[in-house]
Amino acid sequence: MLHRRNIITLLAGTMLVGASSIPALAQERIQAVATFSIVGDIVGKVGGERLDVTTLVGPDGDGHVYSPSPADARRLAEGDIVFTNGLLYEGWIDRLIASSGTQAPVVAVADNIDAIPDGGHGDAHDDHGHDDHGHDHDDHGHDHDHDHDGHEHDHGHDHDDHDDHGHDDHDHGHDDHGHDDHGHDDHGHDDHGHDDHGHDDHVHGEFDPHAWQDVGNVKVYVANIRDALIAHDPDGAELYSSNAEAYITELAALDAEIREAVAALPEGALVITSHDAFRYFTHAYDLEFDAPLGTSTEVEATARDVARLIGTIRANDIRAVFAESLTDARLIEQIAREAGVPVAGTLYSDALSPPDGPAGTYIDMMRHNISLISEGLGS
Amino acid sequence: MFDALIGPFIQFDFMRRALFGALVLALGAGPVGVFLMLRRMSLTGDAMAHAILPGAAIGFLIAGLSLPAMTLGGLTAGIVVAVLSGLVTRYTVLKEDASLAAFYLLSLALGVTIVSLRGSSVDLMHVLFGSVLALDDAALILIACITSVTLLILAATYRGLVMECVDPMYLRSVARIGTPLHLVFLGLVVLNLVGGFQALGTLLAVGLMMLPAATARFWSADVTMMVIIAVATGMFSGMGGLLLSYHHGLPAGPAIILVAGIAYLISLFLGRESGLIRAALPRRHLEA
Repeated sequence: MLHRRNIITLLAGTMLVGASSIPALAQERIQAVATFSIVGDIVGKVGGERLDVTTLVGPDGDGHVYSPSPADARRLAEGDIVFTNGLLYEGWIDRLIASSGTQAPVVAVADNIDAIPDGGHGDAHDDHGHDDHGHDHDDHGHDHDHDHDGHEHDHGHDHDDHDDHGHDDHDHGHDDHGHDDHGHDDHGHDDHGHDDHGHDDHVHGEFDPHAWQDVGNVKVYVANIRDALIAHDPDGAELYSSNAEAYITELAALDAEIREAVAALPEGALVITSHDAFRYFTHAYDLEFDAPLGTSTEVEATARDVARLIGTIRANDIRAVFAESLTDARLIEQIAREAGVPVAGTLYSDALSPPDGPAGTYIDMMRHNISLISEGLGS
Repeated sequence: MFDALIGPFIQFDFMRRALFGALVLALGAGPVGVFLMLRRMSLTGDAMAHAILPGAAIGFLIAGLSLPAMTLGGLTAGIVVAVLSGLVTRYTVLKEDASLAAFYLLSLALGVTIVSLRGSSVDLMHVLFGSVLALDDAALILIACITSVTLLILAATYRGLVMECVDPMYLRSVARIGTPLHLVFLGLVVLNLVGGFQALGTLLAVGLMMLPAATARFWSADVTMMVIIAVATGMFSGMGGLLLSYHHGLPAGPAIILVAGIAYLISLFLGRESGLIRAALPRRHLEA
């Protein structure tokens, strides 16, 4: 008896949930779902007041190893548009999207960036790998400058012709992004994502997903988000474009700020931190990072890497090491203790802090990181 | 040679700490593993590893990301599960494996629920799991205390434990200490597991308990001998694994367990007691 009553209650509850999602769809504001805090922040900046952004993995949450709850599936199902980072950062998202049965378009905001292949471990050898990409990197730099100097011109250009944005800059040779924007179904986007990976003959998951550590990439994120929002909600096109433009201006200032701060660091500065989430930062700003753990938070350190790092700190007279927000600090503390240097603070790499913390928004996060690094390593 | 074997430990403090942690852990976990194996409870360690989650979660809810609170919570939850399943085994028709499975699954579900209610996506087990390369003073003291308590209790209850393993019916007929003894022993299992998680960083901690015990079984039928061999194997694995990790860049925790696993495989073939090759050879030593 009790069982039957429970089942009926459950069913009634399910129907209530189902019913409550209908008015949500009818609401004026678009319900955007972002997979984790950094993407959520950027989507909110572009969408402005036309958007309600829900974030699945909240502040201080680890997007690598998140285990989604049914509430997350419901949020996806109720969402009008879903934003993920892509590059397989959120390994759990595809299954969640499939099981939630959401009809919302899924936008991987890291589409069209210059992805760095994932070398696996935080070995020094990998740094040489980065040099291979030096040329791309330079191109990238040019684009930044271009944006700096002439974004007034760009504004008009972008506005007229969203489809081309970013593609030419990055030479990926895509020809179908524009069609997707208008046809806009998630299948189109999925295919697009696959092509994106295919062009370098890399298998899925071989890219380092932490692309937001390069502010230049986030400009591409912003363009992708803007295009997707406009395709979904053409009435808001003007707002999205002007928000994106304003945010890109802020990003350009941030980019310049970081370059300046890095330039002010002593020669051969090396940032030692817990896990190797900063390759894009190295790539873009020419500041070397080293870590006992690889790009994922899921691996274990080796004694050789720990010993190598201690040796590096001693040999290069490095003044401080840095903890990371999502990673166990015990290992980096051990390294600091043994090398006789302080832990100069906590860098935020993979998630924002809560709004009252030091890294409540993407821009605050990048500022926080670079100022910590400047304080810790500066003369 | 000397440089390769001893050098890393002389040169680096973290290697000395790792070695100390691994050796001390092997000293406590070895005997516990032997008794677990003799009771056919070799998989208990894995089950208990899951059972400690709700305690760690409650510790997290009360004190945030505080290692002592979570360790204490985990210990409590593990001991509660161990004692309850032990009691159910002794007083009902359910056997040890079934009652343990029931309680650890219950415990695991409770733990996941508590973690989810809090809405945190921090992987609690990750917080509880340390790394053998990152043993700070607190972790070393914890491991040392756990091993000391383990050895003291084992020394005090040794005869009873051996008898419980060999002939529990006889023990029950001459004394009424069988059940309390069993429960105390299960408590020791939990203690050593929690210590192992701090040190080895993963569920592999169970490996330092069970693999040396299984290895020892191939070399002796005598319980005391088995304990000695298990401790020696565990210590050798700790040092060997750390050196492998240092020289060849293998992750430290898994490297230690891999060395123990190789010792097991070698013993499986060469062991004096029913090792595969010895068993296949004609028993020449009986002719003398």
